[in-house]
Amino acid sequence: MSSTGIADKGRTRRVPPIVWALPPVVVLAPAFLYPLALVVRQSFSPDEGGTSLSPYGEVFASQSFRDALSTTVWLAVGSTAGCLVLGFALALVIAFVPFPGGKAVARFIDVFLSFPSFLITLALLFMYGTVGMANGLWTDVTGADSGPFHFLTTPWGVLLAEITFFTPFVMRPLLAAFSGLDTAQLEVASSLGARPARIVRQVILPEALPALAAGGSLVLVMSLNEFGIVLFTGAKDVTTLPMLVYGKAILESDYPAACVVAVVNIAISVGLYSLYRMVSRRVGA
Amino acid sequence: MLVHSRAGKLAVRGVFLLLFVPLFAVPLLVIVAASVSTNWSGAFPSGVTTEHYAAATSGDSLKALTTSLVTAVSASLVALLVGGWAALAAASLRARGKRFLDMLFMLPVAVPSVVVGLAVLVAFSRPPVLLNGTRWIVILAHTVLVTAFAYQSVSAAARRLDPMYEQAAASLGARPSYVLWRVKLPLLLPSLTAAAGLCFALSMGELSATMMLYPPDWTPLPVRIFAATDRGSLFTGAAVAVVLMATTLLVLLAVSRIRTRASYR
Repeated sequence: MSSTGIADKGRTRRVPPIVWALPPVVVLAPAFLYPLALVVRQSFSPDEGGTSLSPYGEVFASQSFRDALSTTVWLAVGSTAGCLVLGFALALVIAFVPFPGGKAVARFIDVFLSFPSFLITLALLFMYGTVGMANGLWTDVTGADSGPFHFLTTPWGVLLAEITFFTPFVMRPLLAAFSGLDTAQLEVASSLGARPARIVRQVILPEALPALAAGGSLVLVMSLNEFGIVLFTGAKDVTTLPMLVYGKAILESDYPAACVVAVVNIAISVGLYSLYRMVSRRVGA
Repeated sequence: MLVHSRAGKLAVRGVFLLLFVPLFAVPLLVIVAASVSTNWSGAFPSGVTTEHYAAATSGDSLKALTTSLVTAVSASLVALLVGGWAALAAASLRARGKRFLDMLFMLPVAVPSVVVGLAVLVAFSRPPVLLNGTRWIVILAHTVLVTAFAYQSVSAAARRLDPMYEQAAASLGARPSYVLWRVKLPLLLPSLTAAAGLCFALSMGELSATMMLYPPDWTPLPVRIFAATDRGSLFTGAAVAVVLMATTLLVLLAVSRIRTRASYR
């Protein structure tokens, strides 16, 4: 750290960088950290007063919490798997089987990402709802009284909506990764007699793994925390952890229980999100 | 490149369209179509009407639009200031401080937005600061949620910034504030506007935290859409949704047109 005298004189008067980092932290702390701390405190404070683990005991023992936990986990895992398969297939076509309009499709995906998730459920209501397009088509064609599509209010409807909404989040990093792939590799593999399936498996997939890992873990976290899609289906029997937080707090005014579910939800999703950050930092995505 | 035969290409494209169109394009088209139709009980909607738009752009829905706009604009501006400031401050810190700020400003992304809503509700329904029942609690929650995204995109851009420019300016005797104002910020402007657009879009569509917090006189568009569909007025809901999408797109388009000389370099 040796420099000329003039620069040194300037440096002594300069505010150290750490001071510049303080104002945003001072703003964020009361607006976010303090509320978060209160949630944790409230989760240990039953309505009867005092500090105890009893809210945790009650919530963990309740059937609704266990159901919500298992529904949340399998929906999240299912939609992540679906998004990875679908996103990989679609990105593969856009990147390596170019067609007119491919650019427009890529831009459409960006636009798609800027819309809220619940719009998908709203659209699905028109498409597969009890009086929607699919059922209407069925009754028109067969003359039956009602159509066969009633999956919207089941977990499958939520799964379909989540896969639809989150797939672009997998496609974007994949398309970025594919654009960095040297296509000469594909030509070489192909001229050596490798068939497309083998090229995908041995040349493209290894290159895509980091992007798949990053996109997949992002989708996993987002689908664990998804609220709008589940709320809009209006299904009484599909309860996820965020829905349970909402129900306990707003509908039942049971704040200690809501805070317990919230703490569990935070633990799962912050844990997974740190994993995502680690994965994406390691692969430089 | 991957498939060479003509038939193979056609087949792959066919499968692509078969997956892509019903999954991604049709839902958005369906909402637009529903917003102008009188009835939809068959395969296709029947009857064209502008009635739903009349409902979606007057009275409570119009108020919801201005509510959403005010919330999103103020949340984005504060988020851009706080998040951008933090990101630029973090860029000049050593590894440890940077990691701390990274973690702190990522936290609102990782914490479920419903929980952010609950936390804000719990914290500001009691003294010393009582915000429950006012519009400020909604704006505060939105700001917290989008600040993380502003931080993320500005810090990613700051990392890519070529340090040559600021070093050159500093070596020519420019003070740090001058370097920041005349060199760094103009170079970062494209990412700053992109971050602002992202924050705006997120705040416009925010439902989870808002559902926990909104007072009766401050209902943003997503809540309005939910209220409409929940009581069975799907078509009005669709029209309000189209208003939401159109507003978001218009603002994104406008924001992306903000350019300075630095962006042409």
